[in-house]
Amino acid sequence: MAKNILAAALVVLLLAAAAYASFFIAPTDAKQGLIYRILFLHVSSAWTGLTAFLIGFVGNLLYVWKRQPRWDWLGVSAVEVGLAFTTVVLVTGPIWAHPVWGIWWTWDARLTSTFVMWLLYVSYLLLRTLVEEPDRRALFSALFGIFAFLDVPLVFGSIRWWRTQHPQPIVMGGADSGMDPVMFRVLMFAWLAMLALMTLLLRQRYRLEAMRSELETMRHELEAA
Amino acid sequence: MSLLPNAAVLLGKELRTEFRSRELLTTTIVFILIVIVLFSFTFDPTSDESRRFAPGLLWLAFLFASSLMLQPCFLREQHNDTLSALRLSVSDPFAIFLAKLTANTLFLLLTELLLLPLFATMYNVPVLSVLHWLVLVFFLASLGISIAGTALSAISAQARMRELLLPLLMLPLLTPILVASTEVTKALLDRAPYVQWKGIGFLAVFDVVFLTALWLFGEYLLEE
Repeated sequence: MAKNILAAALVVLLLAAAAYASFFIAPTDAKQGLIYRILFLHVSSAWTGLTAFLIGFVGNLLYVWKRQPRWDWLGVSAVEVGLAFTTVVLVTGPIWAHPVWGIWWTWDARLTSTFVMWLLYVSYLLLRTLVEEPDRRALFSALFGIFAFLDVPLVFGSIRWWRTQHPQPIVMGGADSGMDPVMFRVLMFAWLAMLALMTLLLRQRYRLEAMRSELETMRHELEAA
Repeated sequence: MSLLPNAAVLLGKELRTEFRSRELLTTTIVFILIVIVLFSFTFDPTSDESRRFAPGLLWLAFLFASSLMLQPCFLREQHNDTLSALRLSVSDPFAIFLAKLTANTLFLLLTELLLLPLFATMYNVPVLSVLHWLVLVFFLASLGISIAGTALSAISAQARMRELLLPLLMLPLLTPILVASTEVTKALLDRAPYVQWKGIGFLAVFDVVFLTALWLFGEYLLEE
């Protein structure tokens, strides 16, 4: 218990430091002014969400291979946490887009593909609620999770190829891309803070799933007795 | 290596089942007809407007129709527990998928080709000069829809609210197919038609990725 509180306090501290850095340390953008600072939340959440989905994918693969319930718990926890971060991305995006692009939402490549990815993982969670038997639920959702993860690059590729308005990648982008080194370090720090938050959430969610599963087993035993 | 002979026998069974009643084909065709008529109310189907909207509309109609058409794929194996019999009869469970997805591809392709002349007439889009390219796009897209859809119908057949679940799982997963095939079709129906190779290549990549995934993981979908 004390360990949990300590970990949570540490994450809060990191997040506060990241917020301070993104408001006061990173220089103001020459063209966009203050509003660009939402990037530190938006981009770091996007990367963290993708990291969580990657962890979920690994959990799904391991479940199909090993058939141990813990990999199923990891899979569902990672997907839920990833969905939370992706939701932050989908909310902060329009907040930035409104003053900069003049519209809240546009059917541009990365907005649309992120939204489709979000829907794919919502379907994953829905599928879990519709299969009763625990082993079957774990197996089917793991397999769907694998398909969904394989689909994500195809969704991004297909939509990106045909038109885009979103700012082009500035980190690991083309030759002309790049950002101020201070901005870059702040962004990396914000990502680190978000990853810490993700780890904390993932751990708690995993334990919840483990307890749920234990409860389900006990209930079945009681009914059988 | 009994995979292909096994799949061929099972494919024969799938085709016989369907062509005895032709239930799937007739209901799907009628469904697409309804959608085509309803869509005509949402914009003005003159030839300029049609060039812009018709390809997307066509693929949306096919996609929705396929999410209905693929419902009974594994469901009808449940009534007499014929799925267990199928599993026992083949050495590689992938043969079951191969047969079902080939049958579904054929059904979809047939539906699309039957409806194409009607669609072309009603929406004023000339298709004859690019027909062979359209057939290629129809084939690649239907194959992709059938690969993913067959796998997902094995999942949804064993869940609650399965009729709702299949489109829910299938439609977002098939977004890449919708985008690519719409764009390729749009290019083909353009005033100056051209073949968009990157779209055709993209559809082929989608098919290969999901066929490989199904080959690797398909057997787990059929576990008891």
